[in-house]
Amino acid sequence: MTEEVGAPALEMRGITKRYPGVIANDHIDLGVRPGEIHALLGENGAGKTTLMNVLYGLARPDEGEIRLDGEVVALEGPADAIARGISMVHQHFMLVPVLTVAENIVLGSETMKGRYFLDRAEAHRRIIELGQRFGFDIDPEARVGSLSVGWQQRVEILKALYRDARILVLDEPTAVLTPQETEEIFAVLRGLAKAGHSIVFISHKLYEVLEIADRITVIRRGKVVGQRLPSQTTEEDLAELMVGREVSLVVDRGISKPGEPVLKVVGLKARDDRGREAVRGVDLEIRAGEILGIAGVAGNGQDELVEALIGLRRPTDGQVTLEGHDITGHSIRSVYGAGVAFVPADRHRFGMVLAFSLPDNLVLTSYHREPYAHGILRDDAAIRRTAEERIKAFDIRTPTADVRASTLSGGNQQKVIVAREFARDLRLLVLDQPTRGLDVGSIEFIHKQAIAKRDAGTAILLVSAELDEVLELSDRIAVMYRGVIVGTFDGRTADKREIGLLMAVGAREPANGATEGSVA
Amino acid sequence: MRTLQRTWYVIALPVISIALSVMLGSVVIILSEWLVSGELKPGLALDAYSALLQGSVGSFNAIVSTLVNTAPLLLGGLSVGLAFKAGLFNIGAQGQFLMGALGAVIVGVIFREDSPLIAIPAALAAGMLMGAIYGFIPGFLKATSGAHEVVTTIMLNFIAVAVLAGMVSSVLKVPTSPQPITLDVGNAALPILFGRNGHLGIIYALLMAVAYGWLVFRTTLGFEIRTTGANPDAARYAGMSPRRIVVLTMSAAGMLAGLAGATQLLGVSHIMTASYGTTVGFDAIAVALLGRTNPVGIVLAAVIFGGMRAGAPAMQIQAGVPADLVGVIQATILFFLVAGPVVQRVFRLRNAAAAIEETGTFTRTYGSETVSR
Repeated sequence: MTEEVGAPALEMRGITKRYPGVIANDHIDLGVRPGEIHALLGENGAGKTTLMNVLYGLARPDEGEIRLDGEVVALEGPADAIARGISMVHQHFMLVPVLTVAENIVLGSETMKGRYFLDRAEAHRRIIELGQRFGFDIDPEARVGSLSVGWQQRVEILKALYRDARILVLDEPTAVLTPQETEEIFAVLRGLAKAGHSIVFISHKLYEVLEIADRITVIRRGKVVGQRLPSQTTEEDLAELMVGREVSLVVDRGISKPGEPVLKVVGLKARDDRGREAVRGVDLEIRAGEILGIAGVAGNGQDELVEALIGLRRPTDGQVTLEGHDITGHSIRSVYGAGVAFVPADRHRFGMVLAFSLPDNLVLTSYHREPYAHGILRDDAAIRRTAEERIKAFDIRTPTADVRASTLSGGNQQKVIVAREFARDLRLLVLDQPTRGLDVGSIEFIHKQAIAKRDAGTAILLVSAELDEVLELSDRIAVMYRGVIVGTFDGRTADKREIGLLMAVGAREPANGATEGSVA
Repeated sequence: MRTLQRTWYVIALPVISIALSVMLGSVVIILSEWLVSGELKPGLALDAYSALLQGSVGSFNAIVSTLVNTAPLLLGGLSVGLAFKAGLFNIGAQGQFLMGALGAVIVGVIFREDSPLIAIPAALAAGMLMGAIYGFIPGFLKATSGAHEVVTTIMLNFIAVAVLAGMVSSVLKVPTSPQPITLDVGNAALPILFGRNGHLGIIYALLMAVAYGWLVFRTTLGFEIRTTGANPDAARYAGMSPRRIVVLTMSAAGMLAGLAGATQLLGVSHIMTASYGTTVGFDAIAVALLGRTNPVGIVLAAVIFGGMRAGAPAMQIQAGVPADLVGVIQATILFFLVAGPVVQRVFRLRNAAAAIEETGTFTRTYGSETVSR
């Protein structure tokens, strides 16, 4: 399909969008042919979102034009874009959980019977027909809230198709999916392309782009820096284009030299916020100088496990020992004091105070200790000195230390947290989704720091919904499913498919007899 | 230059709010005069404002009067401001003020014939303690059950009024008096340091402003308070205890408002009637907002509000404009402050984003839950 020559269904020419102080899009050209899956690749902040907002009528370009089937259009807003056959599937689904599939799909473009009544029968008929045409049977009566994430995404796609979308824009569609779900959605997308739909696939995951796209356009700092065909490029080449310098995609993790056991967890149980048992008896052991990765689809008890370990959540049963000392149910401060650090998954909610300056954020978990405080008095000079040092050492890009943390990019915000937590002398480091939403350059940096910490003899617990991250970094891998560890693997020999399957269904094919239940 | 610019981002909204309110006030003056007498007197607004200024800073006595009016507003403003720092909206400063005054009058009356060296500290301490207890209650309720402090402190304000009236009409009432009124606090009265009634409480209020700045910006506890206010989840993650901070901050806020009540009673009123009370506790909210919860800002705001209170009678006498106009101006100032985003847009003010953490805390307190899990 890549070699097909045809008039582009969508053509964006010389799109330029300026915001005060930045050029978000600088003369971007993008052409998408009918039946083509066109990947738009770029780091966070490269201008992908702005470009798509222009396409969706949410932002007016300062220069440039948009052509649909060769005809210049001026998009007045999303409603106009939809009317012209452009639809967008957002990263965060725009669905109402308590409504049914059919209700969500027709929302905003209801077929009416008379003036006041919805024509449900007609809507159902069309939804079922659309689903069958593209190979996924869906029950229009199912409540969206009860569907898995993968199916919710299909509802979003159906919603676009229901509106007769010819051009579909998918913004990071796989961010929340398991490998299996990703492959299923890829099959759906290929089917759509075959039926003549044009698809713009936004991503910063290189291997996915190579797998699904017919053509790849890479943008960096608002400019198109290259276009590639998947058959003629590699992940390394794309990464270099994207970042603007050579990037090592797989950090050289070297050989770990595990020492004495640092963390021992026996029969740990904990409840989630709604009182349901989310961790249902977990056994773990991590040695000094070793990374244990926990793979699992988000929401299988990983958050509660981590919180119970570090003292943010009281375990209902079981025991946690750190270097032989029982720390079960200890306060988070005493756990930190024992040499544990924690990089939380939600950096805006837990990891930092966005309204505070960088120095205040850089001492958030150690503000009460020497040299940052003497008794109850803060030592602003010492805090500042340390902040300046860490900003330099961890290459945190900021005009001055005095800006609010909220003004930094996501990657730099995460560097603030990493600088703060990695700087201490640690026995155990807990990393919860340490690179979520970050660009390749920041991911590389944080992975290198983690390896360095491991080599310095720290035990590391890595929780990530990115299976690739777990595979790249971990010396051992444990798969968590519905609150228990359902299997463990050696980090170097683990098979991605096998782990993916275990993440999705919680059990392996019976033929494959391996240790289950505990990691020891 | 940078600091100057940053300072302007922070003070622009209060300054513009005051200017707008003064202008709106002059419209009210001219209009009401026209409605009453049928004469259009454009110069009246200027007369009224110059009389107001005369009455507040025009003479030594006027300045003393301004300071006396400033003291309770300053302490109340610090009370509300401290709570804002922790993400709490202390509408209960009024009730805490009354309880502080009640504590001071009870102990002051008991010690009225003892040495001032015993009577004054005892009465002040009683006022502060009563206020602290009255702040502790909503803090404790919030920390343990999540009951919102806005609701509980409003309720406690009503209870304070009733308790005060009940006690002054019964146990505290002078038996020989036909009216519900307490005895004079006698030797527990605060010494007059300058002018007609420039009492010691003014000094205490200024000292507390210094202590507030020190606590909030120089101590680890202040950092915990600010962190809890800005992001309670991050505070928990950092090993702080938002619950403890909520209880502590509300108690301290109550103590400050209680001290306001105690100094007002011991320095100015000396006796208590069943209908004792002013609107100090409510004006304190405006003072804290106008001062943007910054100690220097709260001092300035309290002086402005205190000056208006002090000058209002002069305005009424000299220009014939009702003293109530001051209330109109204060209310419109608060109005413009709360409508900040609108004012900022109209005047194209850069958002105060450059000013770290000084702003924004209080707007979040209305609905958010400080205590989770």
